[in-house]
Parts: sequence; C-alpha cells; structure tokens
Amino acid sequence: MTAVDVSLRKNRPAPDGPQKLRKGGRRRFGADAAALAIALLVAFPLFWMVLSALKPKTALDAGDAAPFTLEPSLDSFMRVLSVNNFGRYFLNSVIVALVVVIISTVLAFLASVALTRYEFKMRTKLLIVVLVSQMVPVEALTIPLFFLLRNAGEAVPLVGLNQLGSLVLVHVGFSIPFAIWMLRGFVAAVPVEIEEAARLDGASGFRFVRSVLFPLVAPGVVACSVFSFISTWNDFLFAKTFIISAQENQTLPMALLTFFKPDQNDWGAIMAGSVIMTIPVLIFFIAVQRKLVSGLAGAVKG
Amino acid sequence: MTALASAKTDASGSQSPKQNRKPTTAGASRRRALGKRGLEPWFYLAPAFIVLIALLGYPIFQLINVSLYDYRQAQVSGKAPLQFTGLENYQKLFADPEFWSVLGNTVLFAGACVVLTLLVGTSLAVLATRLRPWVRTALFVVSLGAWATPAVTGSAVWLFLFDPTLGLVNKALVSIGLTQFNGYSWTYDKWSAFGLVASEVVWCSFPFVLVTVYAGIQAISTEVIEAARLDGASMPRIARSIMLPMLRPIVMVVTIQSIIWNFKIFSQIYIMTNGGGIAGQNLVLNVYGYQQAFAASLYGLGSALGVIMTALLMIITLVYLRILKRTGEVL
Repeated sequence: MTAVDVSLRKNRPAPDGPQKLRKGGRRRFGADAAALAIALLVAFPLFWMVLSALKPKTALDAGDAAPFTLEPSLDSFMRVLSVNNFGRYFLNSVIVALVVVIISTVLAFLASVALTRYEFKMRTKLLIVVLVSQMVPVEALTIPLFFLLRNAGEAVPLVGLNQLGSLVLVHVGFSIPFAIWMLRGFVAAVPVEIEEAARLDGASGFRFVRSVLFPLVAPGVVACSVFSFISTWNDFLFAKTFIISAQENQTLPMALLTFFKPDQNDWGAIMAGSVIMTIPVLIFFIAVQRKLVSGLAGAVKG
Repeated sequence: MTALASAKTDASGSQSPKQNRKPTTAGASRRRALGKRGLEPWFYLAPAFIVLIALLGYPIFQLINVSLYDYRQAQVSGKAPLQFTGLENYQKLFADPEFWSVLGNTVLFAGACVVLTLLVGTSLAVLATRLRPWVRTALFVVSLGAWATPAVTGSAVWLFLFDPTLGLVNKALVSIGLTQFNGYSWTYDKWSAFGLVASEVVWCSFPFVLVTVYAGIQAISTEVIEAARLDGASMPRIARSIMLPMLRPIVMVVTIQSIIWNFKIFSQIYIMTNGGGIAGQNLVLNVYGYQQAFAASLYGLGSALGVIMTALLMIITLVYLRILKRTGEVL
C-alpha cells in the first residue's frame, strides 16, 4: 500500500526537490518497464489472432510460429466470407444487435425516468427487482425460453424458433435490467431546475422527458447501449439453441464454431472469423472508453 | 456468450448509479421533482416491466415448474403424459456423485478465477498509479482490447495458442528444451484444461477490476492524505487507516461481481473443452444443466440444475445487497 501513497503524489506535479525527482524517475522506470511487458503480454493473443488471420494457409498448416509474415494474404478472409457465407451471418448479427439496442434502450430509458424522477410507493422494491434480475443466470433459462418461443412461434411466427426475432426478444429481456441500472445515474444527474423551467414553459411530463431529458442524457444512453450491443453480439448459447434448422438465420458466433472440426481445425479461417467478429466490438468499446472510465470514476467518488 | 458479456455489463452497471448516491437530504427530495403524479410513472415503467415479466419472471416460474416434472423428449412431443414427480429430480441429483463433483468443479474453478482476477486487477491498478501517462494509456488500451474481445473469439484464440501440434506455446516450450511438450494436449488433463480456461477468463475479466480500482485510488483526494501527513501520520499509517478503508467498498463490490460472473461462465468452458471436457471432467453447473436438457433431453433434470444455480446466485446477490446497504447505497 505504501507504493500507492508514493505514486499518488507522483501523479501530480508535486513541488518535490530535484533529488527526490531523480529517485522517483528511477523507480518510475522500473514500473514503466514492468507495465509495458504486461501490456505486451495482454495484447499478444489479439496480435496473434490478427497475424494468423493474415498468414497463408500453407504456413499455418505447417505450424509456422514466426511472429511476422512476409507474405500476408487475405485468403483466410476470402474463405470465410465466400465459402462459409460469413457475410450473411455478419448481417444477421448486426440486425439482431441493432434492434435489441434500440428497443431495450428506449424501454430502459423510460423505466429509469420513472424510477429516478418520480416518488411512488413501489419505487425501491422495483429497483431491487431490477438489481436482482441482473443476477439471474440467463443460461439456466434456456429451457423454459425454448418452450416459450416454440409456443409463441405458433401465434407470431416472427418470434418463433429459427427466427431472428426469437434472439431479439430474449436479448431485449436480458439487456433491460442492466440498462435501467446504468441509465438511472445519468437520468438522475439532470438538475431539477431544468425540469422546473420546462414545466413553467408549459411542457407536459412526457414532452419534458422526450425533448429535454432524452437529449441531455444521450451520452449515457450511448454508453449503455454499447453494453446491450456487446452482450447480444457475443451470444452463442441462444443462437445455438433457438436457431436449429434455419442455417440462413444463424449468427456469427455459431458460424465461427462450424470451423472447429474434430480432425483438422481450419485455424486461418477461425482467426479471420474472429477478427471480423471482434472488430465491431473493439470499435464500440474504444469509442465509449472515456465515458466508461469516467463513469466508473464518478461512481467511486460517490 | 451471454455469460461473460452480461457479467461485464452487470458489473459496470451496478457501479455507475452510485454517481448520484450522495445522500444529501436536499438532493434526495429535489431530484424527484416530478413528484407524486399518480399513474404517470407507471406508463413509463409498463413497457420495460412487461418485457421483464414475460422474459425473465415467467421463465423463472416455468423453470421451477418443469423441474418438478418428469419431462423428457416423449413428454415434449406429447407422446407420453406429463407426470408430476415433486422433488424427485432434486433427489436424483443429490444422490448422484457426478452432481457433487460438478458442483465442486464449479466452486473451485469460479473461486480460482475470482482470486486470480482480483489479484491481477488490483496489482495492476496500484502499478498504474505509478506510470508515465503514455505507459498507463497503453496498458489501459490493451486491457480494454482484452475486455472487449467476445468470449467466443477469445476462446478460439487461446485454444489456437495452446494447440497440441500447431500452437505457439508448445512450440516455444519445446524450443527451450522442454521436449515433453511436443504434441502435449492442454485439454486432455482435467486440471490443465481448467487452468487454460481460467487463464482466458482472467485475461478478459481483469480489466474491469483494473479500471474500477484505479478509479477508486484516484478518487482519494490528495487533501485528505496531505491533512493526515500534517497531523503527523506516517505513510504506512495513512495506507492502513485512510486509503484501505476508503477502497474497501469498491473492492467489496468488485469481488462480489467477480463471484457472480465466474459462477455463470458458460461459453469459455463450452468452447474450450468442447462441451465439458473428456468424459465431462470439465463440466460446471451451467454447462451440465444445458447438456442434461439439450443433449440428453432430460428437461426436468436440467431445470432442477438451473434452479439450484439460480438459488446459489440469489444467495450471493443477497449478500451483495446487504453490503450495498451497509456502505450507504441509497436506492
């Protein structure tokens, strides 16, 4: 813990004596070197994924372990996109994820408005329900949801088994509790004066929520929509369970698993597919990275 | 891959609302200016809660319900009558040594993942406070990369790295003279398989701990520490009496969150050990329940496992709620 103290002060431009500074500089060098080594280690699997996707198939099959490639090729990507129809699965994944994000964010935003800006009897109880429902192991619900969707499909074919709608439905359900929980902070942060001003100008409750509150909390909405996106994008259990026979409605994670063959895995294709699947998430994550970190920092400051 | 993603999301989710938690009396009443308006909040709540009831509440009820029946393929297709068997599925499980070994696996595996994730995450957070800004940024960016990697692709890459014949790790080990690793299968042995999965899990979940604890350390104001120093407190004393207590709530929350996600891990085990390992040696509760239901068509038994899993997580959640309450969370 002493390390923390020392370093904490060092983070700030402290008016330390020159001697102290030099000592700090040396210590810092050790920490920096260690951190860089760790960063390389953490980044390595991702680097290896991209590199292997670019290596020619012959090199991969021969077990090429070089940390570089002299003849980068897009063959693996082509194989994935053409032979295995990855483009179609990519599109399916994008459609499901975007629809889930839109629906769950809107519903969660409205619910979080009710839970933060109104006073009513059940408020605290409902918040606890939201918190608890975040913890439900959704994998355990595969069985009842399978039967639920089978029956629902007879009435509304769009959300039945083998349809993208079934995935949209379950992921909306799973995304909402967390989205409410996260948006709550953003919605509550809007000062009440703004609300009073809108009232004086004659805005109705819903008008205020739609035209004033929503634009104000939009950054928070984006940050939390990314989480719904990621959890939907990454899911393979429900895709595996609900999309049984309709291959054309499969999503990316399941498509990736089809490259695993008992005798000979096509590692080039698996890595290329992994790259294709990771990039959108990575972009989203880095885009909200600041929001994420500052959100957590704010959370900790109380 | 829902396990990890939703876990990640849970975690940061339950963090952020604290932003507005400062329980000032003025704030508490002011932030709800729309106040008592009868039915208005219910209109906003209705859509979300209808979805929650339909897709979480009702399935949980059905899960418990199905677990009390002898529910197999014949009953699903309607060829055999449904038979209410009460707690028989549970009795069967409790009498089955495999269930206990799976439960043991789950606790050990999740426990190891929790401890390692916390150790790596907190030590890196402490380290991060001592770094030059660009080094820190580099560390955070690569950590975010690992965090963002989908469980499916993360598992695929780690499997490739540890592939018996083509994997880089075995090649490197052989090249430094450890020839017994030539063609060594990391997933053949139960514990090395669990170790491999745990490494992947730690790799993609330590960043959450890093970011949260780092933010916590940064949030301790220098004035507090300066004041303590002026009062003559020594550095170890400040660490023990000021910093540690201030960080405790965060560490608590992070710990509980880690326990919750690591108990729920599904994708990594399923993909890396090919559905639970050789002869089911790497099964954890979640995967076991899934296999019982969808591979063996024992839906009743699978549901009973789901109920047990849910009950365990609910107990952890209750502990979490108590801690939140004790640390002054205002809901």
